[in-house]
Amino acid sequence: MPPGVLLKIARTHLLARKRQTAIASLGVTFGIGTFVILVSFMTGLNGLLDGLILNRTPHIRIYNEIKPSETQPIQNSEKYKNSLHVIHSIKPKQSKISIYNNQPLIAALKKDPRVKGITPVVGARVFYVSGAIQLNGNLFGVDVQEQTRLFNFGDYITKGKSENLANNENGIIIGAGVAKKLSLNLNDYVQVISTTGQKMRLKIVAFFQSGLADIDNMQSYVNIKTSQRIQGMPRDFITDIHVKLWDINHAVGMAAEIRNKFQLNAVDIIAANAQFETGTKIRNMITYAVSITLLIVAGFGIYNILNMLIFQKMNDIAILKATGFSGKDVRRIFLYQAMMIGIIGGIIGLIIGYTGSVAISKSPFETEALPTIHYFPVNFDPKFYVIGTVFAMLTTFFAGLMPARKASKVDPVEILRGQ
Amino acid sequence: MDIVLSAKDINKHFFDPIDNHVLKDVSLQINRGEFVSIMGKSGCGKSTLLYILSTMDTNYEGNVELHHQNLRGLKNTELAAIRNKRIGFVFQFHYLLPEFSVLDNVMLPALRLGEKDKDEIEHDAMEKLKMLDISETAKKLATRISGGQKQRVAIARSLINDPDIIMGDEPTGNLDSKNSDVVFDIFRNISSGKKQSILVVTHDLDFAKRTDRIIEMADGRIIH
Repeated sequence: MPPGVLLKIARTHLLARKRQTAIASLGVTFGIGTFVILVSFMTGLNGLLDGLILNRTPHIRIYNEIKPSETQPIQNSEKYKNSLHVIHSIKPKQSKISIYNNQPLIAALKKDPRVKGITPVVGARVFYVSGAIQLNGNLFGVDVQEQTRLFNFGDYITKGKSENLANNENGIIIGAGVAKKLSLNLNDYVQVISTTGQKMRLKIVAFFQSGLADIDNMQSYVNIKTSQRIQGMPRDFITDIHVKLWDINHAVGMAAEIRNKFQLNAVDIIAANAQFETGTKIRNMITYAVSITLLIVAGFGIYNILNMLIFQKMNDIAILKATGFSGKDVRRIFLYQAMMIGIIGGIIGLIIGYTGSVAISKSPFETEALPTIHYFPVNFDPKFYVIGTVFAMLTTFFAGLMPARKASKVDPVEILRGQ
Repeated sequence: MDIVLSAKDINKHFFDPIDNHVLKDVSLQINRGEFVSIMGKSGCGKSTLLYILSTMDTNYEGNVELHHQNLRGLKNTELAAIRNKRIGFVFQFHYLLPEFSVLDNVMLPALRLGEKDKDEIEHDAMEKLKMLDISETAKKLATRISGGQKQRVAIARSLINDPDIIMGDEPTGNLDSKNSDVVFDIFRNISSGKKQSILVVTHDLDFAKRTDRIIEMADGRIIH
C-alpha cells in the first residue's frame, strides 16, 4: 500500500483544522526558535569568554619554578637512613630561572605530531619609568609572528600593528593600562629598568589590551633579544616555553610527560583554567534544560490537540476501518499528523531562531573589557539546527504516539452501530 | 452455484451488563450475484450478524467463510485487507468523510488497495459516480450534498474495488421513498450483473419484498 494515501488523509485532517494545527505548530516553533537562539547566543558567549582566556593561553606552559629542593643532603646519607630528620628554615637555593639546556627540548617538542607550535618566552620583571613615575610590571620577550599565529595576539592590539615589533629591535607593545597611567602614546619612548638595574629606552609600536585589567596594567611585549639584553642574559636564556596543541585534550597527558622527561614544571591549560570549563558546562546545561522544557510543553500541546482531534474523528476512524484501513494505518495517519505539526513548527522555529540569532549578532555590544568585540557574539553552528530539528521530531513523535495508538484501537462496530 | 459468503453455527454473546445470547446457531449462505435482505424486529440480532459477516466483529463462535476463505484466526490487518478488497459497505447514516471531496471519498478505498495508479482510480471513481448519476458533485465537499446524494456516493465508494459482496446496514433507513427507490434500483442493477452479491439489513418491508430472498430473524435465530 502506498503511504501517499495515509499522508493525504493526515494532511486533509490538518488543513481542515487550520487554527488548531497552527496553535500546535506554534508550540513547536516557540520551543525550537528559543532553543536555537538560546544555544547560539550562549555558545557564542561561551566561545568569547573561553577565547578571552583559552585562545591566548598556551595549552602547556613549561617553566622552571623556584622552590626548595625536595631532597635534602642528609636524606642521601647512608648513616642516617633510618633516623628522623628535623631540618629548620629550608630556603630555596640560588638557581637560574632559565630553562636549562632548552634547545633539545624545543627540538623534541617541534617534532611531536600533537604540537601545533611553540614559542619561547623570555620573561623579565621591570619598572616602567616616565618622568618621575615608576611603575612595576612584566616584560615578555616573544616571537611576535608566532605569538600572533598561535595565540591570536593580533586580536588584542588596539593601536598600531603587532608586526611593527618584529621590525624594530627597540620596540615595545605596551599594555593599554600602563600606557594610560604613564600618559604614553604611539611612537612615544618609554624607559624600562630591569631588576638588575639595566636601563633601556623603547619605542612604543603598538598598544595591547587583553580586557583583563590586571594584565593590561602590568604587561608589555618586546622581542626576545631585547628582553635578554635588558636582563644581561645570553641568547639561550629562556624562562618559559609556550606550547599550543592541535587538540586541547592532549594537554594533561603531555604536560605529565614533559614533567617526567625533562624535570621541568609543565602546567596544562585544563588544570590552570578549570573554572572556565565548569562555567561553560553549566551554561550549556541551563540552555538545554530550558529548551527541552519548552519542547516538552509543546509536546503536551500536540498531545492534547491530537487527543481532541481523535475524539472528534471517531466516525471517520470507523469508516476508514470499515473500508479496509487497518489499525496500523489509522495509527500512522495520526502519527503523520503529529510529525507534520512537528515539521511545520520546526521549520518555522528554525527560521525564527536564525532570524533572532542574526538580530542578536547585529546588536551593538561595546565594552571596555573586550576591545575587539563590537557586536554580541553568536555561534551559527549548523549543529544546533540539526539538534533542534531532531528534538522537534522526537517530541512530536512521542506526543503523537499515545493518541495514535488510541485511534488505532477504536472499535468500528461500536461507532457504526451508534452505541 | 458459486457461494460467496457462508456462515455456519454462529453464536454470539454480549456479556455486558448480563449474559445475552444474541445469535443462536445462525447459518446462512449467499450466492454470487444474489440480492438478499435480512429482516426482523429491533434487537433480533440482524445487525450483530451483519457486523460479524463483515469481519469487523471477531468476537463470536462458529465459522465465516468469504470467498472460500475461513476468516477465523486471521490477524486484524489481514481482515482489514479482506474488507478493503472483497466487501463494500453502505450504512444508514451515509458516513462519508466530511473533509474530503465526493471524488476523494470514493477513491480512498482504492488508493488504500493500491492496485491501480491514481489516474486510473480517479477514472474508475468518475465512472461509478456517472453510473449513479452524481458525477456533477464530484468536486464538492462531502458535507455539501443532499442526503440522497450522500447515500449514492457511499454506494459508489462501496463499489470502487469491485468487491464480491456489498453489505448494507439499513441503507435506506434515512431516505425518503423516492431516494429509497433509487438506491434499490442501483442495488438491483449491481446484482443483475451476476458478479456482485448484495446483503442488506432492513426494516423496510417494501424494499425487502423486491429482493431475491428474505432472511427473517427473530430472537437470535433465522426463522425463515
